[in-house]
Amino acid sequence: MFDLSTVTNWTHEQLLSVMPQWLTTTVECILVALFLLLAYSVLAMIYIMYERWVCGWIQCRRGPIRVGPWGSLQIFADVFKILSKEIITLWHTDRFLFFLAPFLVVIASVMTFACLPWGKGFQIIDFNVGAFFIIAVSSVGVLGILLAGWSSNSKYTLIGAMRSGAQMISYELSVGLSMLTMVCLAGTMSITGIVEAQQDGWLLFRGHLPALIAFIIYIIAANAENNRGPFDLPEAEHELTAGYHTEYSGIHYGLFYLAEYLNLFIVSGIAALLFLGGWMPLHIPGWDGFNTVMDYIPSTLWFLGKTFFMTFIFIWIRWSFPRVRIDQMLALEWRYLMPIGLVNLVVMALMVTKDWVF
Amino acid sequence: MEVKAPKIKSMRHEDFKDNEYIDQLVAELNAGGVNVVVGKLDQLLNWSRSNSLWPFCFGTSCCAIEFMCLGAARYDMARFGAEVARNSPRQADYIMCQGTITYRMAPVLKRLYEQMAEPKYVIACGACTISGGPFKNSYCVVKGIDEIIPVDVYLPGCPPRPEAMFYALMQLQRKIKVTKFFGGANRKEKPMRYVPEEK
Amino acid sequence: MADLQSRISALCEQAQIDNSGEFLLVTVDDAHWHEFARKLKEQLHFDYLTALVGVDWKDSLGVVYYLTNSDTHEIIHIKVATTNRDCPMLHSVSDIWAVANFQEREVFDFYGIIFINHPDMRRFFLRNDWVGHPLRKDYDDNPELNPVRLEDEVNEDDSCRWEEDPETGKVTKVDTKVFEDDEYVINVGPQHPSTHGVMRYRVSLDGEIVKKVDVVSGYIHRGIEKMCESLMYPQTLLYTERMDYMAAHINRHCLCMCIEKALGIEVPRRAELIRLMMDELMRISSHLLSYGCLTMDQGATTAFFYGFRERELIYDIFDRTCGARMSMSYATIGGVVADVHPDFIKDVRNACDVIEKNLKEYHQLFTGNVIARNRMIGVGLLSREQALDYAITGPSGRASGVNCDVRKTNPYSLYEEFDFEEVTRTEGDSMARYLVRMDEIVQSIKILRQACEKLEAIEGNEFCAKVPKMIKLPAGHWYQQVEASRGAFGVYLESDGDPKPFQKPYRMHFQSPCFNLIGIVDLTCRDNMIADLITITASIDFVIPDIDR
Repeated sequence: MFDLSTVTNWTHEQLLSVMPQWLTTTVECILVALFLLLAYSVLAMIYIMYERWVCGWIQCRRGPIRVGPWGSLQIFADVFKILSKEIITLWHTDRFLFFLAPFLVVIASVMTFACLPWGKGFQIIDFNVGAFFIIAVSSVGVLGILLAGWSSNSKYTLIGAMRSGAQMISYELSVGLSMLTMVCLAGTMSITGIVEAQQDGWLLFRGHLPALIAFIIYIIAANAENNRGPFDLPEAEHELTAGYHTEYSGIHYGLFYLAEYLNLFIVSGIAALLFLGGWMPLHIPGWDGFNTVMDYIPSTLWFLGKTFFMTFIFIWIRWSFPRVRIDQMLALEWRYLMPIGLVNLVVMALMVTKDWVF
Repeated sequence: MEVKAPKIKSMRHEDFKDNEYIDQLVAELNAGGVNVVVGKLDQLLNWSRSNSLWPFCFGTSCCAIEFMCLGAARYDMARFGAEVARNSPRQADYIMCQGTITYRMAPVLKRLYEQMAEPKYVIACGACTISGGPFKNSYCVVKGIDEIIPVDVYLPGCPPRPEAMFYALMQLQRKIKVTKFFGGANRKEKPMRYVPEEK
Repeated sequence: MADLQSRISALCEQAQIDNSGEFLLVTVDDAHWHEFARKLKEQLHFDYLTALVGVDWKDSLGVVYYLTNSDTHEIIHIKVATTNRDCPMLHSVSDIWAVANFQEREVFDFYGIIFINHPDMRRFFLRNDWVGHPLRKDYDDNPELNPVRLEDEVNEDDSCRWEEDPETGKVTKVDTKVFEDDEYVINVGPQHPSTHGVMRYRVSLDGEIVKKVDVVSGYIHRGIEKMCESLMYPQTLLYTERMDYMAAHINRHCLCMCIEKALGIEVPRRAELIRLMMDELMRISSHLLSYGCLTMDQGATTAFFYGFRERELIYDIFDRTCGARMSMSYATIGGVVADVHPDFIKDVRNACDVIEKNLKEYHQLFTGNVIARNRMIGVGLLSREQALDYAITGPSGRASGVNCDVRKTNPYSLYEEFDFEEVTRTEGDSMARYLVRMDEIVQSIKILRQACEKLEAIEGNEFCAKVPKMIKLPAGHWYQQVEASRGAFGVYLESDGDPKPFQKPYRMHFQSPCFNLIGIVDLTCRDNMIADLITITASIDFVIPDIDR
């Protein structure tokens, strides 16, 4: 299988041969940052269109088809338009926090985004507590949402922000617990390590029932973490008009919109990474011919394919389920998901120590 | 650079009504002369704006139901990229005023319009919004929303069919395509300043 | 009727009883009215205030109350009037029938009649700074008095109450507050995605819990009743379709029947059958819309699209026969405007089959969903007594166990010939209201299938009776109710028997079902979450222009 690290190492050495160490690092940092931002915005655009088409398909309609071939240019129209919209500044608000909020949300998602392994050797940050890092930085986003709601000086945004705070902090626990369960099974916290642990079989299949339970808890909690239906209370359109970002216009709103879709990519990517083998191809023990064929498919395609599949499930859930109420949402987390997740973690730990897993 | 008459996919220029108005706008733009770079940028912006019209849900009566049909499966507004109906005026591009505006609603409509971010457009949808329609003689119905806010497209009907709403949408797209953004807008509006009250 | 007459006169000696009209008419003076009303409710069981109509008789101002006995479905009406035009006062009955609360505020708004002991005497439809009372015959309609005001309305928490001292009989004005100063009040509407139009609630919150809802209506008040007084009878038909546009045909049918009743016209059977079929199609369309809105308000957007998919079938039928998708203007005095499309019966049968098949899909998608069940079961409870007290009819009333289907209780048109069931449930929660609607679709399909057979059996193509070109009604008043898609819709029509050729109605009042429905918003939403406010109002399902008229 092609390993991208050969390319990156070669580039690194070439750069080192012409310039000193510090300059190499700087140049690499800039290159990586550029790539990251480019990939971030392109993916967000792809995701917005993906959601619009899939939801059109679910709802027996055609979705955007008129702008460009099959509507493929629709998103560019949206982007240029939103870039040129007026940015409204409000009176009686905390101006600094109001402008800071959308950037905080985006920064949080970019940082999480940077942790995802895109293929073999195709990863930006890889260190031994990668899973922890993901959990840590992804929760910076809630700060942005709280600030947005608070600084808009509106009752609706405030309610949206408070709901969002309660929701994201609660569901972070479940996301963390189900991630820990898989870390326990993989035996490492390094992202690369987790993926490589799935060489012979995806963790979802190796971990018996606890892995399946962790997977389901992850899907529910990630939905909530992401403020997507049925947990879209913070921006519940029919209750709070647009929730915490009601007062944002122009590109500020665009940033929230962007971050929302990128977060969808991130949670799907983490699901693919933890449960579905990341960029590892599908291997079935004993079927050597099949496995060889699977190996020929590039690892990046594997990762993206799995991520898009997970996203499809998230979109499907979002458009078919009614919204839960705030008390039901909190009860679901604190009464059911978290206790189950905790017990599940213990069971998984037991199974790993007794070597009952595949 | 010469500005050409706007093109709409799958509908010919001759099939539209009110071509004189568009032609006049085109002539006005050409008379002033357009710089190539600025003109191209303008075209790009106008293309993006005309193809990404996010409506603001503002339905007061019957027309709103036809607007819902417009979004539903048979007519599917999403084809035009206009399905992202925003409930917050700050994020919407055009306000399709569907239904009668009464004296009590008038300040609300005006305020919602003012809350929208530029560029913003208004479609007066249905007879009531154009002139008061069947309620013209009423003691508390505004005789046409153009008394309150500027209107870009008038769409008659009681209520207009979804096809007519598409027609209005396309007319709006045409109108947007011949506006000038850089180097002075040809879409003029009275500057409005909101002075906050002292508390 | 004679028995009822004697029992009523036993209750109140001063009451004058007139049994010449279609319903028993009791005239009583204001001094005895409140006591009489209480007795009517407690002793004669007239517990359902069907309509409350303010009328200006030039020499006097007054109110006509239509009362129904919820067991026997007998209807009587009572006239109470005052000759004081400068400061007209009547006694409020809002403590006897809760529905009268909003109705009396409407009468106050239109006629300036002050209701003594009414808890909250504010204007209902018009702005607080409106000059005059528009439905009075001496109303000054000078546009300079009431221009289009573009400054925001002052958000007044001040209300007042006119209290009568029980001993001296002296009436004093007492100022009250709608909300206390320290309450956290948020404003829902008038432009809000889930108010289904331009309704406005002011909601007092404690955290996420609703403490009180103050309904502010009138954002789409178009003065239809006033305009009807300056139009001829056939011209007034148009407005009925623009009130509850989801029951356009049914409302129009009602006004047509009321005028036909006054004129004494016999409508051809075929025309009546066509009208009835249109009514039922309209009902299905309306219930599908309410399914769509209920699901969308709860966030299940896909279900909304499914509901609209089937509505298009019904719109196609309307389109082919009437030439319009909504506001069809199809029924007319004496029958219908034109004959049906040749494929009408085939289309109706096809629509029935498709909808019946797809109803299963709706239930699979939404009804069984655990989140939907948790959101709706046991939420927004409305007991049978409360439903009667607030005169809740239609699916919302039947979900609380009230037998209020006008098609069964006071059959009109040809409904007696049809075999269908009145869907009732006893739970009275949001889920019950939703399920009643879904079951009513099935019943409507059943009616439509029978009607198709009946229509095929009728020879000829007669679709309208002979109607005089100039419609002149004798002096008198009439009341006609039908079962619209959201409840009992009534038309009160009063004619002064003007001999001039272009006779205009003296007073036309539309008793809309949705008007009563907003009365229970505060009752059902109190102590629920703010999110429940949305589900409850969606399940109650009102159409705002029908409230405001």
